[in-house]
Amino acid sequence: MTHKLSDGGQVLHVGMLARVEGEGGMHIEIHNNVVQSVKLNIFEPPRFYEAFLRGRKYTEPPDITARICGICPVAYQTASVEAIEQICGAETTPEIQAMRRLLYCGEWIESHSLHIFMLHAPDFLGFDSVIEMAADYGDVVEMALRLKKAGNDLMTLVGGRAIHPVNVKVGGFYRMPTKLEMLALRPAIASGLEEAFATIKLVSTFDFPEMEQAYEYVALRHPDYYAIERGTVVSTSGTAFPVREFPDHVKEFHVAHSNALHAQLDGAMYMVGPLARYTLNFAQLSERCKAAAKEAGLGETCRNPFKSIIVRAVELAYAFEEALRIIDEWKDGAAPSVTVTPRAGEGCGASEAPRGTIFHRYVLDAEGVIQDAQIVPPTSQNQPAIEADLREAAQSWVDMDDHDLTHRCEHAIRNYDPCISCATHFLDLRVDRS
Amino acid sequence: MTEAPALPKLAVWKFASCDGCQLTLLNCEDELLTIVGAVNIAYFPEATRAVVAGPYDVSLVEGSITTPEDAERIHEIRSMSRSLVTIGACATAGGIQALRNFGSVAEFRSIVYAHPEYLSTLDRSTPISAHVNVDFELRGCPVDKIQLLEVLASALQSRNPRIPTYSVCVECKRRGNICVTVANGTPCLGPVTQAGCGALCPSFARGCYGCFGPQDSPNMAGFTERLRGLGMSDEDAVRIYRTFNADAEAFRAESERISPSKEDAAR
Repeated sequence: MTHKLSDGGQVLHVGMLARVEGEGGMHIEIHNNVVQSVKLNIFEPPRFYEAFLRGRKYTEPPDITARICGICPVAYQTASVEAIEQICGAETTPEIQAMRRLLYCGEWIESHSLHIFMLHAPDFLGFDSVIEMAADYGDVVEMALRLKKAGNDLMTLVGGRAIHPVNVKVGGFYRMPTKLEMLALRPAIASGLEEAFATIKLVSTFDFPEMEQAYEYVALRHPDYYAIERGTVVSTSGTAFPVREFPDHVKEFHVAHSNALHAQLDGAMYMVGPLARYTLNFAQLSERCKAAAKEAGLGETCRNPFKSIIVRAVELAYAFEEALRIIDEWKDGAAPSVTVTPRAGEGCGASEAPRGTIFHRYVLDAEGVIQDAQIVPPTSQNQPAIEADLREAAQSWVDMDDHDLTHRCEHAIRNYDPCISCATHFLDLRVDRS
Repeated sequence: MTEAPALPKLAVWKFASCDGCQLTLLNCEDELLTIVGAVNIAYFPEATRAVVAGPYDVSLVEGSITTPEDAERIHEIRSMSRSLVTIGACATAGGIQALRNFGSVAEFRSIVYAHPEYLSTLDRSTPISAHVNVDFELRGCPVDKIQLLEVLASALQSRNPRIPTYSVCVECKRRGNICVTVANGTPCLGPVTQAGCGALCPSFARGCYGCFGPQDSPNMAGFTERLRGLGMSDEDAVRIYRTFNADAEAFRAESERISPSKEDAAR
């Protein structure tokens, strides 16, 4: 909705932002062609997870925190088990880590293919939804559904189901999938890999609005591979610290227009997500992914938020490669879990959710009862960057008519694949012109 | 020009929830193109910017009521909907956020947010049926894909959905699982929990944790005795009754009956 104000100002208002996960909106005020204020409103009702985790047992966070988000439950499960295992001094085995990475590859595939094709591509191709897109791009939509299904099938294989997997526990898994079960899924993963590379080519042909943002990027880094399920924190300004120092560097604060807490790194705005991971960890992608990225017009860094769709496609291909590698290297016989004995202490865990770094911190007493919990999801951290992009987009394209400008601003928000359900533990779009 | 007969209009609404149950609809990869050929997706913000005005033939409602605004909004949605179906543990039982119903919401609010005065929230998280008439409640955290398709098909065909209300144990037997409680002494909510997941947790060598809510005639007191026999403390039993369906009648009543907390006894 857009309208003129009585003082000559203009309001661009979108009450319910579409094709994002959860509920939010945008409010932009423009006076004499100068953008005055930009707000990403998050009205999704808060659910108070950190409060009711107090008093629960150390075994419960993987099941409880999964329910913060139906799209990235594995991100929550992984960060929570890492934190609790750290408190209890439990060391998992390489097999358990490999299985966590395989499950997480399933979530990256499912979430990235959902966002690339169903939420983001319609902005580039001029459709309201993937459903309308199907009439003109039937083959593409069918490919999208195959890719997404491969991710969900991988999560079902390892986790038991795609939404809120049941097989993850503190210390590992209840049951390891067998090589035979993995091999049954291998052909779909192998053909998904090729279709993921086709996806990189396809999205590289879209028209990308010109925009470069100089934000500090933050992501996890792992010594051996492109970080997904664990790592240490690194940034483009050269900051580097272990996950347990996250609370010393990242401060959350509460603003009136959002039910999601904003965050700053050492007092400044920063951004997490695919662009940050790609820019910080490009060297660790496979040679085939690097070559495909180059062919798609990307450098070794990416600073245009609209091109996040290409970066997601590169990560989609990488997740398929990793899934195939883990399946091919798998040998049956490893214990599904290690014993975890509760003890008092504080621990931190972090992983790379499809939307960016997610952080968990827990305090346990000697019996393993949770005394305190803190969860920092990626979309909360990205709110200031989303608002800065909105301001830049609204100002750059201020000469567009209200309809087109509103759509461009919505597109700028969807570049982040915001997950509002996550952030309110977190969104309304409004634009005012005056 | 003659127009094809209008397709039934489907709307998907969200209240306090994780998005997982409506995502289940998008996860029907093999069926999605058939669904969009059979219904007009008239309102589904997660999937489309397009909005077709009501009234709607079928409304799927995800999430629980936790704010004064949402308590108003659900009445508008009811008045625009021929059939209103609630999907998932939040919409049918208040969800995990109904844990606030057992504590002080003022305290919860100040734990998470520095400025609780910015927030508008109710003291209790309640299911949709506490506010408006509901035509069918589909259980699960999350709902099962096949059950969701059955409920959608039945609503479009104006018939009753075929959704069993017996326990998870029936599905375990049918699947040929060895009972995790009998064989391993693992506590399992299967005997008191409604079927629908396909006995998923016992198939992964863990006990059911009750995400489909109470079955139609659970023997809660007898079940608590079994848990005690397995060595579980009442404190832990209260925890396993109070998760994603904490405020579903049978689970709530049993957790309050055995709760060692004086605050609960006074309720």
